[in-house]
Amino acid sequence: MIDLTRAAEVAGHVPDPEIPAVTIADLGILRGVVAEGDVAVVKLSPTYSGCPAVLAIELAVEAALRDAGIPARIERVMEPAWTTDWITEEGRDKLWAFGIAPPVAGGKATLFAAPEVNCPRCGSEATERVSEFGSTPCKAHYRCKGCGEPFDYFKCI
Amino acid sequence: MHEALLEIADDCLVLGHRLSEWCGHAPMLEEDLALPNMALDLIGVARGLYARAGEIEGKGRGEDDLAYFRGEREFRNCLLVERPNGDFAATMLRQLYFGAFMEPFWRAAAASTDDVVRGIAGKAAKEVAYHIRHAGEWVIRLGDGTEESAARMAHAVEAHHRYSGELFESSRAARAAEAAGVLPRRSEMRAEWDRVIGMVFVEAGLTVPEGVFMQTGGRAGLHGEDLGHMLAEMQSVARAHPGAVW
Repeated sequence: MIDLTRAAEVAGHVPDPEIPAVTIADLGILRGVVAEGDVAVVKLSPTYSGCPAVLAIELAVEAALRDAGIPARIERVMEPAWTTDWITEEGRDKLWAFGIAPPVAGGKATLFAAPEVNCPRCGSEATERVSEFGSTPCKAHYRCKGCGEPFDYFKCI
Repeated sequence: MHEALLEIADDCLVLGHRLSEWCGHAPMLEEDLALPNMALDLIGVARGLYARAGEIEGKGRGEDDLAYFRGEREFRNCLLVERPNGDFAATMLRQLYFGAFMEPFWRAAAASTDDVVRGIAGKAAKEVAYHIRHAGEWVIRLGDGTEESAARMAHAVEAHHRYSGELFESSRAARAAEAAGVLPRRSEMRAEWDRVIGMVFVEAGLTVPEGVFMQTGGRAGLHGEDLGHMLAEMQSVARAHPGAVW
């Protein structure tokens, strides 16, 4: 009999390979764990279609469960599509503390509108978007006009 | 049915590969990150569609077989996406034309009768919104920029507009998929495409050409010379080492 609570806990503690400050549970990528005989089926949602971290995350979760003695299989869930709304409050706090501005509510920009983002270093509202595309698919590149520092913004999708 | 999915997968793969050709050559660092980022989105979508197309076809062909071991005449992408990158203005215009079609297309496909297509569409719709915004901003910036940039953007419109009509045409395979509710009707994207292009062009100081003869043929495998050159490079490693795995 599989301990599903423990399996979900082990899977949920796996850090994101690109942003190790947050776990996959924080990001809302972990959609659930169900039992299939003696195997734990872990449901994961990719963040972006071409995110190179998808496979890395799936392998890391499988390895974490194997280390915990739980045989597991990963199931990729596309629907409903992952959204930044699934990032937990704890996840948002961790992103902020790590220096990444979390997604802004209502930031699902319409054509040609950029959301207002606060600087995660000094809190200033005076920021500007440098580029909508940053170091990973999920981040945009911003600059703070208050403290002058560049920072990442976790895009809202 | 699988042929209709191949058309879209080929569009995304070919355009994704074209964008990846800018990696290391973009006019500024931000664009060097932006263009491969969008290429990743497109190639990710293509992978999902190839896998589904291979599954429906039922001949055991996987995504790599479909991407790397089909010849030029077997590719079903539209002519727009295979156009060479040209200058940055041409790349941005091509991206805007394609994105402005795909955004309403994916939104409508999120109600597909096929579970896999529905899943891919839900994600792709969100991503393509970023692509349009990025390309649209550049079309405006360059069209409404210096004399040189405006001339280049106007030239990009003249060179690409003739490939826009094919976006709204449905092949026999596509019509079957549309009748089955797997894909939305391509012709129904016209109004939204016209609206977005019109909005961007007004701000960019560009004119939407009228009475242009539209080139088609991509869905029947009749491509321009450039696609063959692109595929030769893209497929070279896979064909030199068939069956190789990482």
